[in-house]
Amino acid sequence: MKSLKYILAGILFGIIMTKSEAVSWFRIYEMFRFQSFQMYGIIGTAVVLGIIAVFLIKKMQWKDVAHHPILFKDKEPPYARYLIGGTIFGLGWALTGACPGPMFVNLGYGYLTMAIVIIGALLGTFLYGLIKDKLPH
Amino acid sequence: MDFIRQPWPWYFSGTMIVLIMLILIFWGKSFGFSSNLRTICSMAGAGKKVKFFDFDWKAQRWNLLFLLGSIIGGWISAQFLSNPQGMELSEATVNDLRGLGIHFKGALNPEELFSLEALADFKVWCLLLSGGLLVGFGSRYAGGCTSGHAISGLSNLQFPSLLAVIGFFIGGLLMTWLILPLIL
Repeated sequence: MKSLKYILAGILFGIIMTKSEAVSWFRIYEMFRFQSFQMYGIIGTAVVLGIIAVFLIKKMQWKDVAHHPILFKDKEPPYARYLIGGTIFGLGWALTGACPGPMFVNLGYGYLTMAIVIIGALLGTFLYGLIKDKLPH
Repeated sequence: MDFIRQPWPWYFSGTMIVLIMLILIFWGKSFGFSSNLRTICSMAGAGKKVKFFDFDWKAQRWNLLFLLGSIIGGWISAQFLSNPQGMELSEATVNDLRGLGIHFKGALNPEELFSLEALADFKVWCLLLSGGLLVGFGSRYAGGCTSGHAISGLSNLQFPSLLAVIGFFIGGLLMTWLILPLIL
């Protein structure tokens, strides 16, 4: 039962990402060409509602289902890593049209070639772990 | 039933994504998909060689289940919820892509890159593999991807997440406007 709820949340995520077309290479290309509002609308709505929700959770000191206080981890400096890493990520996002979630959603949808992208992403993750101490952060 | 098969409007999709984030928060977890890539490396034994992967990956089991669900969700969408009319794309985009040799026919992804037939071209292997590599490397370097930074991080007003999202766009714009025309 405990496992099932995470699978169900993942299923919901997969369906939402597909039905919003955020898993589409074409939509991502269109977004970076500024030729459609769709993706900006999705991310914008999520961020505005997310800010309100997180504000309320903190203000009202809501607890999670296990009655633990809900804590939000701050992202720490140094700041360079966010900009550099983000830029590298963006290059790959626009090339494959998929960030990590949609890679797997697309695989389930039937795009078996996404497996190559996923293998690439695992290699990239491994490579980062391998050389991270030599990189500027 | 029509609503289910049609593409969902952006405000509904955006709201549902926040709902996912909140469900995970109330379950004591946090919404961040790319951590799974690190977890899978760790499961595969990368922790024996590289310290970065030497952590208790079993604590991330819930996120792997979420990943499994997302694959099933994609499958359910394809089988039962797909839009028979196909996707709509702005005319400007369709025209721009034609110039790059990519033809839009209503599917989610271009066959020139993602069909099995496309794999006959070695270049496609290189593009898919290197694109994935950039995503994997960049998301760990930046400490998160679209879900971790653009959704969870910005919701919590994190300045580093704003920097990461700006980076996502710098990289995405460079690829779309300058590099894709050269490599496609």
